[in-house]
Amino acid sequence: MQFMQERFNYLFKSTKGLILVAIAMIALETAIFGMLSGPMAEFGVRDVVVSALNMDLVPAEREGRIIILYHSIAMAIVAIETYMITSLLKMKDFYRTAVRALVTCGYLMAMVFGMGFAYWGHNWSLHGLYIAGLTLVFFAGVMLVIALWPWKAEYYQADEDYSRTKRGVDLERVTFFAAALTTVISAGFGAIPGSNFGNGFRVVFAENIIRYPEKTTMQYSIIGHLHIMLALIAIMLTLIIGRWLDFKGLLHKIAMPLMILGTIILNLGVWGVVTPLEPIAHTVIYVGATPSMLAALCLVIFGWDKLIRTGVAGVPKPNFRQKLGALLRDPLRFGPLWQMVFMNFNVSGIGIFMAVRLDEIFRLWPAREERIELTGHWHILSAIIATIILLYYGDMIGLKGRIRKLYGWSIIILSDIAFASATIFEMKRLFITEATQQPLVNTVMILIDFGLGMLLVVLAMVMIWRLLDLFKKRGRWREETEHELSTEVG
Amino acid sequence: MKHIVGTCFLLGMLLAACGSVDLDAPIPVYDTKVDPNEWVVVPAGKFLSGQFNDPVMIDYDYEIMVTDVTVTQYIDFLNTSLVDGPIEIMDEQIVIFYPGDEFHGARHEVEIAAGEYIVVPLDDPASRFAFEGDTFQVKDGYENHPMTNVSWFGARAYCRINHWRLPTEMEWEKAARGIDGRPYPWGDRIVRNNANVYASQDPFEDMGSFGSRTSPVGFYSGQTYDGYTTLDSASPYGLYDMAGNVWQWTGDIYEGMHYRFLRGGSKDTYGMDLRVWVRNNATPEYFSPGVGFRCVREP
Repeated sequence: MQFMQERFNYLFKSTKGLILVAIAMIALETAIFGMLSGPMAEFGVRDVVVSALNMDLVPAEREGRIIILYHSIAMAIVAIETYMITSLLKMKDFYRTAVRALVTCGYLMAMVFGMGFAYWGHNWSLHGLYIAGLTLVFFAGVMLVIALWPWKAEYYQADEDYSRTKRGVDLERVTFFAAALTTVISAGFGAIPGSNFGNGFRVVFAENIIRYPEKTTMQYSIIGHLHIMLALIAIMLTLIIGRWLDFKGLLHKIAMPLMILGTIILNLGVWGVVTPLEPIAHTVIYVGATPSMLAALCLVIFGWDKLIRTGVAGVPKPNFRQKLGALLRDPLRFGPLWQMVFMNFNVSGIGIFMAVRLDEIFRLWPAREERIELTGHWHILSAIIATIILLYYGDMIGLKGRIRKLYGWSIIILSDIAFASATIFEMKRLFITEATQQPLVNTVMILIDFGLGMLLVVLAMVMIWRLLDLFKKRGRWREETEHELSTEVG
Repeated sequence: MKHIVGTCFLLGMLLAACGSVDLDAPIPVYDTKVDPNEWVVVPAGKFLSGQFNDPVMIDYDYEIMVTDVTVTQYIDFLNTSLVDGPIEIMDEQIVIFYPGDEFHGARHEVEIAAGEYIVVPLDDPASRFAFEGDTFQVKDGYENHPMTNVSWFGARAYCRINHWRLPTEMEWEKAARGIDGRPYPWGDRIVRNNANVYASQDPFEDMGSFGSRTSPVGFYSGQTYDGYTTLDSASPYGLYDMAGNVWQWTGDIYEGMHYRFLRGGSKDTYGMDLRVWVRNNATPEYFSPGVGFRCVREP
């Protein structure tokens, strides 16, 4: 009994245990449901999985299934970020405990019951429990906003190295607060149309209606919701990585006001799509995205400079090679920042290019080609977010030496091969015709599958190791039970 | 050593990606025993439309082609029309006059003004016909394949010259699924032998080279061809290829949009795009080896 209780306490009461459970759940879900799509369908794996697991895949419900799938994974990611925030930032114990309890129950319910409803027939009680799970995550968000309230003397920043007001209000905390608050509000932009379309069945994929000149308010709301939620998850993760690396100094003082401004304007732009301001909403979004991205750039410069300085400490007049070696020495600390930079090539860059040349290039292609770009770029962003979390997790669980390098570089290289290949796939019509594309498609598909497949193998190895570790009396889990992320920043 | 192996692997991948594709590779020839000149009547009445089975009334009978227009049928049209009009050659294209659409100035709407528009390209190696001297000829083996690389203007012209027209989206969908709300023309599920889709392992594809190719119209009729067994995948009204093989142009012109809509999925898409309510759209000038059409007429 004590054996079970200790493990339960680790997995569901400690920060690192909670993060482990969420990552394991996502890994499991990705492994199972990833076998239903694209190349896995081609290889016949899909049919085997559907038959073996007795899934009930009604063709008319595909969109609804996928929306539930996205949400169930997104809730687990939100939970992971919540665990990190509640461990990194000061807050009352009551709030920390309550937020974690709510978000944990919420994402697990959304995942288990949501997927049960979506893929194994229609038991409406499962759908109800799925909605209840989402609601719990929402309430956790509301409580997190309250817990993060920055205008309390006990949360003021005394250290002048960090961004703060003259009175001492911690602007980094204000940024976390702004991101959390706008996330909670933006959730409504999905919840309201979700309810309107009724029981998850009158669903619509944004990418399928993008060319229609007239869209309903609810459709605009969905388009806004999916964009802003992903952007906010990315912004929150940027802040988390900044806290982990102990982001401070001049760049911190520049970045935090920019991030607050960017977050608020970005949200106003997205919320504007359901108002008469819709025609200028995109302009507002660009205005908001720019300071947010500049703030992330400040973090990258700070982080890499810190890695170099630390790495060449003691070396008199280090040359370029030594500095580069110092930068690349620790993939787990270099990687998250590199992934943020890499994102510009295959997400932001592509998005800007598409927006600028939309009518001249992309709208000359059939809608199904445009859909590939639309879905491709945000799948890549989601996956980049996942890799950054995994890199931080590698540090969190104390990987050291060769294993640390192997794990870190595997995630960076494998994922970037996949993302670059996916970008080529998205953009292939720029340089190859439909009739002659097959060899290129084959190559990039192999690289995407190889990159993501091997990455999942690496993740599976870590998960198996962590599972086996739980059976040890004095395993790593025992050390991690009391660890808080706030004590590991720097 | 590890670097050499890695470099060789990457180089090999790049070379494979740049591999040339023989667009004129030999293609198996099969008689599907389905007559492309045949039409069927779709009777007036309600049917269940779209993903959510909304009842829609079509209060008139109409006839629709049992198959897509074939390359042979279209080449006959091109040869006749090049002599007698209304098509002509202009800048390596066959063009035809189109009177234009009403322009509403909606966001992203492009004006389709009166003028000459492409019917088919003359210089596209993916076309299944050749133009030599002043005559069009079907490439060997493609006689009973659906006509592809034809623009919306080209599809419309073929139907109009015969006093027919392109189906509306609703007419197309009713003909594809009947009145019982089924997601595919043949029923509720799709397997490889139902239709020509991406990587369906049909006798016409080679995923290592040119990828998917069209199959003859009516190929999925339950026949066995050189050991490849198809399932009878006709729609409730007896139409073939209403899912897969080629996307099909429809005739609707919507306010505020210059795009034309396509239905049915193609040899280049996955099964999800073969669901009868799935819509694709493109500019009317667009042509592709995966796009064809069929016509409707009043009985």
